[in-house]
Amino acid sequence: MSTQVPADLKYAKSHEWVRLAGDVATVGITDHAQHELTDVVFVELPAVGRTVKAGEACAVVESVKTASDIYSPVSGEILAANKAVSDNPALVNTQPFADGWFFQIKLSNPAELAALLDAAGYSQLIGQ
Amino acid sequence: MALQHTPLYAAHQKLGGKLIEFGGWEMPVQYSSIIDEHLAVRKAAGLFDISHMGEASIRGAGALEFLNHTLGNDLRKLPVGQGQYTHLCNERGGVIDDLYAYHVGEQDFLLIINASRIEADVAWIEKQLAAWPQRATVEFKNLSDEMGAVALQGPRAVEFIDPCFTGPALRGTRVERPSHLVKNQLGVFTFEGHGVHVARTGYTGEDGFEIIAPAAIIEAVWNKILAAGHAHCCQPAGLGARDTLRTEACYPLYGHELDEETTPIEAGLGFFVALDKGEFIGRATLAAQKANGVTKKLVAFKMTSKSAPPRPHYPIWSSGPDAAPIGEVTSGTQSPSLSLGIGLGYVKPEFARPGTLIEIEIRGRRAPAEVVAKPIYHK
Repeated sequence: MSTQVPADLKYAKSHEWVRLAGDVATVGITDHAQHELTDVVFVELPAVGRTVKAGEACAVVESVKTASDIYSPVSGEILAANKAVSDNPALVNTQPFADGWFFQIKLSNPAELAALLDAAGYSQLIGQ
Repeated sequence: MALQHTPLYAAHQKLGGKLIEFGGWEMPVQYSSIIDEHLAVRKAAGLFDISHMGEASIRGAGALEFLNHTLGNDLRKLPVGQGQYTHLCNERGGVIDDLYAYHVGEQDFLLIINASRIEADVAWIEKQLAAWPQRATVEFKNLSDEMGAVALQGPRAVEFIDPCFTGPALRGTRVERPSHLVKNQLGVFTFEGHGVHVARTGYTGEDGFEIIAPAAIIEAVWNKILAAGHAHCCQPAGLGARDTLRTEACYPLYGHELDEETTPIEAGLGFFVALDKGEFIGRATLAAQKANGVTKKLVAFKMTSKSAPPRPHYPIWSSGPDAAPIGEVTSGTQSPSLSLGIGLGYVKPEFARPGTLIEIEIRGRRAPAEVVAKPIYHK
């Protein structure tokens, strides 16, 4: 099945996406990831104010079948967690790149962005 | 080892089923969505491929006596044309497999066994048979590779099963049409010139039928049922929905609720153990447990506040100021029917009564839950 890979985002190999606005990154999981997970029924988000490192598990997404860790693609301080997605986890399935975002983070090391994939690189990763 | 495929593998690919590994088999976990398929089975109907499950035939003048010594339930109470849930136990009363035994004809029994247990069951039964004095009167045959099977489940299944098969039943319960079967009855009907077993049984807590047919025609059976069911809102359903449906209905899954170190008494399945039928393998332990009690009991529970779904192996705690570990979750999921976390697990017997407050440890934090009566979901 063909999935969406928006051109304006950066991607982690662990299937999170990053949308940049200045030094603030919004993070969610990709359309490919939500397809693989199947129906999302619960999302656990990091506390606002927590400091996370790139690659650190800081959220959990649960489908009917299983629980999966979500890793922060970048280091920094959590500025916001998406209450809409904890209240209505199905947003991860229906709008993975929009209302289904997980958290926002203030970058502490913007140089880490270079390690992320662009849309072409991510498409290749998922065999598309 | 390469994953095994059922004779419906190509049909699953054609339908866009999402394939996963399950007990050595590559099987569809879902076609559209687990929640959609689950609700379709509760409201209308769903069709499952269960061809990975095993079939074994036991025939002959000594078949009944041998099986009654080998299985826990009492086959003497099973008329021709009926099936019963039963257990294959080891000498310790531990469950080698849980299965359905059908009395297809005089001196003719069919066992439907779990996919992951085919080898273990066949080895065990052959070993018991080799030691059985009247073994010359018993013919045992593993048919698992030759047979396919599908399960049509849901309240509307009865609306369109009849046009799929030609009656009257030639063997088993000799009714005119499949819809005339009642729960646990089986009849052998005709499909394109072949005899196929149709039983009014299932693993979802809904009305429905299980159809066992030669592997060569199972895809034709599958297509016929899907076509007949289209106007009745029947859709293909995968193992994901099969698991959530059986968890709501509190049916055990081998490897989760049952294993060789767990007895049917501990699993709350004593109703299916006929201690009064005379000697059978495992009886001594099972009778002692029935008389003296057990050290763990299987319970059903519901989460009582919003939480992540419970999962297998999460610790179960007692509730209150003296909270302590009391057991472990064996199956857990988000219930699509109830929209909350549900599960099954073993606890110390003093915590097994419905209404008991417990806690489930989820990633280091404990969330409140309550022991509930089985089944968790009923209409």
